[in-house]
Amino acid sequence: MSGAAKVDRLERRVSSPQLQLSEPSSAVASASSSETARKLLIRVDAVDKEYATRSGDGVTALKGISLEIRENEFVTLVGPSGCGKSTVLKIIGGIIKATRGLVEFDGRPLEKPSREIGMVFQRPILLPWRSVLDNVLFPFEMMGRNVREHVDEARRLLDMVGLSGFENALPRELSGGMQQRVSICRALVYDPKLLLMDEPFGALDAMTREELGIELLRIWTERRKTVVFVTHSITEAVFLADRVIVMTPRPGKVVLDLRIDLPRPRTIDVEFTPEFKAYADAVRDAIYTGKRI
Amino acid sequence: MTPVLRAAIWLREYGQATIVLLLAVVAWEIICQQMDIPVWLLPAPTLIWQETVLLIPVLPEHIYATVIAIFGGFFVSIVAAVPIAITVVYSPFLRRVIYPPLLMLQSVPKVAIAPLLLIWMGYGLQSNMVIAATVAFFPIVINTATGLEAVETELLDLTRSFDAARLKVFWKVRLPWAMPYFFSSLKVAITFAVIGAIVAEFIGADKGLGYLILASSGAMNTAAMFGVLVIMSVIGILCFYAVALAEKLVCPWYLPTQEGSQGA
Repeated sequence: MSGAAKVDRLERRVSSPQLQLSEPSSAVASASSSETARKLLIRVDAVDKEYATRSGDGVTALKGISLEIRENEFVTLVGPSGCGKSTVLKIIGGIIKATRGLVEFDGRPLEKPSREIGMVFQRPILLPWRSVLDNVLFPFEMMGRNVREHVDEARRLLDMVGLSGFENALPRELSGGMQQRVSICRALVYDPKLLLMDEPFGALDAMTREELGIELLRIWTERRKTVVFVTHSITEAVFLADRVIVMTPRPGKVVLDLRIDLPRPRTIDVEFTPEFKAYADAVRDAIYTGKRI
Repeated sequence: MTPVLRAAIWLREYGQATIVLLLAVVAWEIICQQMDIPVWLLPAPTLIWQETVLLIPVLPEHIYATVIAIFGGFFVSIVAAVPIAITVVYSPFLRRVIYPPLLMLQSVPKVAIAPLLLIWMGYGLQSNMVIAATVAFFPIVINTATGLEAVETELLDLTRSFDAARLKVFWKVRLPWAMPYFFSSLKVAITFAVIGAIVAEFIGADKGLGYLILASSGAMNTAAMFGVLVIMSVIGILCFYAVALAEKLVCPWYLPTQEGSQGA
């Protein structure tokens, strides 16, 4: 599967060199080093998650998950479907509760969803009756905060993702990639410390996916966010991350926590380096050996 | 688009169909006259026209009575159905309490309930309205409840991540989300209300188009019956389009023909 993807990318590199022009221009200092100095933002300690099935038996979705994520870190969670990576994300987001174990956010136990956390899902889930601008402002309304004060910020964000001029458009007038950009703006608009992204580019075509990946890295460097990004694409996971965390299913557990020391800012070219391939192979090995156990 | 162009497009789309339908009416006329079909069996279109013209002086009060029963019943059904839909969505317990009698009510033919309602409420518009409402009510409950529950789970997850108040989620997310479902049920409900109003007038009324049909039938005036039927169908169509228009005004963002209008 990855072999085919690589060939596809190679071909595209040859046929459309203009893709490389979309490299991030602002070369803010690499975020991958000196992580020990940074503050711990999320601590997940020995978390289990069990679901009750209809027959009354419990199903263990997660077993003994422990993670530490520091401020400004870009962490990707990768694994086959059903490994519980989305569940981990929802537990960190406070949307679902762990059966056992501890989740700390910013030094405090996470008891309910925090307004310091922004979420992006696989589908943009915009409100179809609202304009793009009103969709971006939606969080303020839900939080009972003054909407008008934040209109400028919403416009700035839309401008940043290349959607200025679309403020008054309805979601259905936008392409899938544009809709997903709007949903990213919606997650950023209230300036959360942490961005949780659940396969945000999973429903997009390969080209848009790469474009948005690069864009996300640019936003991340500009805005200094902590990102936890769930994906089932190994290439995407390695490309984006400071750290790749590999999970395997039945029950969902962490089998590899891999630091990615590739230089930033990254471009698609990094995917053709031997270092990248070595990282990707390590992740792939972890997934497949984990599966066999 | 200019009106002329629009007319031209309309003609191209519907012109031939209109001609065929007109020819069918002409054929009806010719067959009736050539084959000497008795007027009480199948009156010719021209005769229907003449008898209907004769009805014109009495028509307004009957049309008025029927339209009031239709819209009264329609609004009563909305006022009753929407709170029930909201209740069953938010309370599983009340859902289990409400649904069985609701299904019982729905499975009984309304014609069979109508005499009971007449005993309780007497002859007149108010009982006609209520009978129309009982017919129109069910699809609104079911569809509105479905719509309120159709909100994507990810969207609800999102509102949860904002730590939003439930009431806010209801007003700003669930209710607008249910609007297309609500309106599609209203389109069914309004046609049901027409049926209900006519049924009510059949059972006990001294006014209304239903009453007029019964009276014409009693007088063996088949042509007048046809005329009233045509008027009824025109009223039914107008009511339907009134609701369709309201839908367009209230949720212009919803285009049923467009795939993926709800995102994705």
